[in-house]
Amino acid sequence: MKDKMSGVRVLVGTRKGAFVLTSDAKRQRWDVSGPHFAGWEIYHVKGSPADSNRLYASQSSGWSGQLIQRSNDGGKTWEAMDNKFEYDGVPGTHQWYDGTPHPWEFKRVWHLEPSLTDPDTVYAGVEDAALFRSTDGGKSWQELSGLRGHGSGPHWQPGAGGMCLHTILLDPSDQGRMFIAISAAGAFRSDDAGKTWRPINQGLHSQYIPDPAAEVGHCVHRIAMHQSRPGTLFMQKHWDVMRTDDAGESWHEISGNLPTDFGFVIDVHAHDPETIYVVPIKSDSEHYPPEGKLRVYRSRTGGNEWEALTKGLPQRDCYVNVLRDAMAVDSLDSCGVYFGTTGGQVYASADAGDKWAPIVRDLPAVLSVEVQTL
Amino acid sequence: MIRVELPAHLRTLAHVGGEVKLDVAGQVTQRSVLDALEARYPMLRGTIRDQVTHQRRPFIRFFACQEDLSHESPDAPLPEAVASGTEPFLIVGAIAGG
Repeated sequence: MKDKMSGVRVLVGTRKGAFVLTSDAKRQRWDVSGPHFAGWEIYHVKGSPADSNRLYASQSSGWSGQLIQRSNDGGKTWEAMDNKFEYDGVPGTHQWYDGTPHPWEFKRVWHLEPSLTDPDTVYAGVEDAALFRSTDGGKSWQELSGLRGHGSGPHWQPGAGGMCLHTILLDPSDQGRMFIAISAAGAFRSDDAGKTWRPINQGLHSQYIPDPAAEVGHCVHRIAMHQSRPGTLFMQKHWDVMRTDDAGESWHEISGNLPTDFGFVIDVHAHDPETIYVVPIKSDSEHYPPEGKLRVYRSRTGGNEWEALTKGLPQRDCYVNVLRDAMAVDSLDSCGVYFGTTGGQVYASADAGDKWAPIVRDLPAVLSVEVQTL
Repeated sequence: MIRVELPAHLRTLAHVGGEVKLDVAGQVTQRSVLDALEARYPMLRGTIRDQVTHQRRPFIRFFACQEDLSHESPDAPLPEAVASGTEPFLIVGAIAGG
């Protein structure tokens, strides 16, 4: 618990640049800097847990493709790093939307996950789905091709956002163990630092694939972990909120009394591994909150029993979405919770979700939100 | 001396304010100009043409002397006016909204 920390830095990726929002530990007054990389899509910005001044950003555009930016001073200055993401060997094919084979093609980096211990090691989840790693601070990238090549790749297919590897979770208790998730393939685990992988989707049920309980093909939207309990994972799937307590060997549903179990984000309270958050979205075709009411739902029981958190959030005429990488928590004594919307608002709660207020209201559509506790 | 004009977002990325001036050894072609440009500004690698295949990115166009050269061979000589520095080689982002 970081009760003597000085404040927080919120890293926001948007459709037209990155923004850095900073505050002291009270989290009431905010400084806003940006746009950084103005005009470019910033899918993700994340800081190294081992060095808070080391940030990585995924910068892309339809004109000029993918760039990786690195900062060594907490986002004041940036340097373009290597952007050569070359699949290992012959890439092969995955399923297209109509089920036909489609060649693997690199499109963009969705998610950057810095190592827990080494600022120069960072993982990149990309579209078309694959996992890359840099061990030299982004100067070069190598694919961890055991994931894409383990055998089920021809059965993976894109979700509406593309066939993206969007979630990377590193186990703090076991350097060899990591989890990733792909839309639409499912969740996978490695126990040997990314060399070999296997799908961990038992218990998932998806009506939109021919065999609803298939080994792969599930549209996992997001997975979250509490650092103190790395064998317990929480998942927001296309439909259904799920939980595993055995590192993915089996999943069970915890949607309980949610108004809809469709959604994108899911996260865990910094100090209570049984307190989790989701933002229910009406359906896969209606990407906005039910009834036009933006509500975060919190469960203090690890799922099934959920309460709506509404104070400070719009409760009428709200039709924004909250995308999968756009929720984060800080680790101050009273846990802060943050999320961004496609309407350009970034909301913060300094009291674990009881009350909310916008930090900013009018950014470009928010793609990702990360928080550093400084 | 070859004059190259970049789209605004790439000028920002390369930290240049206006036209770029390059010395190109040998025949002046799309390939030799882009090789010289990327050698001077490594952050532009991959943003104009693919790093591996060297194919022009789909939403990038090459113009010079009121002509669209996007579909010319990368090894075809550029117009004499470009090679002599009288006219710039224009790298343009397609009109793609955004």
